[in-house]
Amino acid sequence: MSSIRARLPVHAILLLAGVLSLFPLYWLFLTSLSPTQYVVRVPPEIVPRELTFGNYQRLFETTPIVRWLGNTVVIAGVITGFHVLFDSMAGYAFAKRRFPGKNVMFWLVLSTLTVPAQVTLIPVFFILRTLGLLDTYPGVIIPGLADVFGVFLMKQFIQTLPTELEHAARLDGASEWQVYRHVILPLSRPALAVLAIFTFQRYWNAFIFPLVILRDPAKYPVQVGLATLQGEFNTDFGMLMTGAAVAAIPMMAVFFAFQRYFIEGIRVGGVKG
Amino acid sequence: MRAAVRRHGWSYAFVLPTFSLFVVFTLLPVVQGFALSLQNANVVRGEWIGLGNFATLAADPIFRQALGNTVLYTTIVVAAQLTLALVVASLIQPLGAKSRVFYRALFYLPLVNSAILVAMVWRWIFNPNPYGLANAALGAVGLGPLLWIGSSDQALAAVILSAVLTIPGGGVVLYSAAIGSLPMELYEAADVEGAGALRKWWYITVPLLKPTTLYLLVIYTILAFQVFERVYVMTNGGGPNNATITIVQLIYSTAFQFGRYGLASAMAVVLFLVAVALAVIQFRSLRTDVEY
Repeated sequence: MSSIRARLPVHAILLLAGVLSLFPLYWLFLTSLSPTQYVVRVPPEIVPRELTFGNYQRLFETTPIVRWLGNTVVIAGVITGFHVLFDSMAGYAFAKRRFPGKNVMFWLVLSTLTVPAQVTLIPVFFILRTLGLLDTYPGVIIPGLADVFGVFLMKQFIQTLPTELEHAARLDGASEWQVYRHVILPLSRPALAVLAIFTFQRYWNAFIFPLVILRDPAKYPVQVGLATLQGEFNTDFGMLMTGAAVAAIPMMAVFFAFQRYFIEGIRVGGVKG
Repeated sequence: MRAAVRRHGWSYAFVLPTFSLFVVFTLLPVVQGFALSLQNANVVRGEWIGLGNFATLAADPIFRQALGNTVLYTTIVVAAQLTLALVVASLIQPLGAKSRVFYRALFYLPLVNSAILVAMVWRWIFNPNPYGLANAALGAVGLGPLLWIGSSDQALAAVILSAVLTIPGGGVVLYSAAIGSLPMELYEAADVEGAGALRKWWYITVPLLKPTTLYLLVIYTILAFQVFERVYVMTNGGGPNNATITIVQLIYSTAFQFGRYGLASAMAVVLFLVAVALAVIQFRSLRTDVEY
């Protein structure tokens, strides 16, 4: 009983901090749902008097936001799918198999980890221009498959799996692909879930790379689209917040559905904020 | 022999998709990035000019401004993030398992959104009009209104404040996990000597968390050094009189608005050297590991 009483102030402080840190999100949704006369009210009111979906209707009618969201789903989804496949394959080879050149390859991969993305941005832009892939979906997707964080994640995880199961499968006549497909892959499910969530979030939120590669607004992912809304609506904050709200909802839904994998992802090396 | 060849063949097949993409879109670009930093490459062509770009940068007032802004932003934001994460995690840890899960999720939720989206909300909060939320808050205590992002004196402060006012959920999770694995014996010994909760926290918990603190220090510093979206959105890419220009913002505009690819690459190399220096510091510090 006394310990509950002692904890009350702690809960009060934490809840207050939680409310403050969620407040910008609340303000975003509130502004998006407010009629214009309330958005520019002095002083602003933090409890709504009247809510409307007018901004949402106007946004869907005058901007390609649905198309942008679709582009983002395709870009982030395709990149995530390939990462799950390729990173688990490479992680398995680096963790469990012996082959000439393995250490050199792994060392090369390791050596680029501290290089900031801004160093490769300009050369990748040149390469895509040479390949004729500027302003195309493959131009945004393919370089996204080259980051190596997932290979480390999968190697670390697969190393902890018992080798006996692979041997047993081989004795039963399984091919090497079948060993990967039917032994390694099912056992790696927890790590694959973390990898998938981590990758999807990363490419859902990507900004500078698609901004540089894409020209055609019809191909924009939603983050780049949002930034262009600012030029269009300037200080029409009701519309801007509505765009932001529409972009926020899918990622927050993913977070609520897969919360523990997000938290696990931070622990295995993905602090983003 | 044939079996061995077949085995190796499979190994290469497993590694090949990732490794070939890595070579073309990471390894070669890294090499090319360094090469570009030594050329006066522009939209038309480039020639080798040695360290000329770096000399240009050293004398360029806008680059100095960007470097200064980035260092100031990083110093304040990282100090605030570490403090907030440590305090919040320390408050969460003694609570029950269910409360811990709840609070971790609560503090992480605002961070799942993209930097662009978050910056848009802060731009709205810090807009110069009297109906802006920041000005309303000032008005409530009889101050303001300020111009915030509309003023060359206050724009950087608004950008920094927007980052400081965000609880770093990732750091909270990592600190919380680290505190959970600290040995209890030291605390029991301190109990015997009658130490209060605050003393135990300052003299036992905080020092034992040094490895986590160093790790977060490096990660948060590297992230803060790469600040871009916040400035790009809140202050239209640099603010009045370049008041909020940062290194990555300057790399972007130098390369993709002015076509000076060599000069922009030199800036990226400076960014890389900072990252390497931080990584080295981290490894050195972690080698002298804390003993329980």
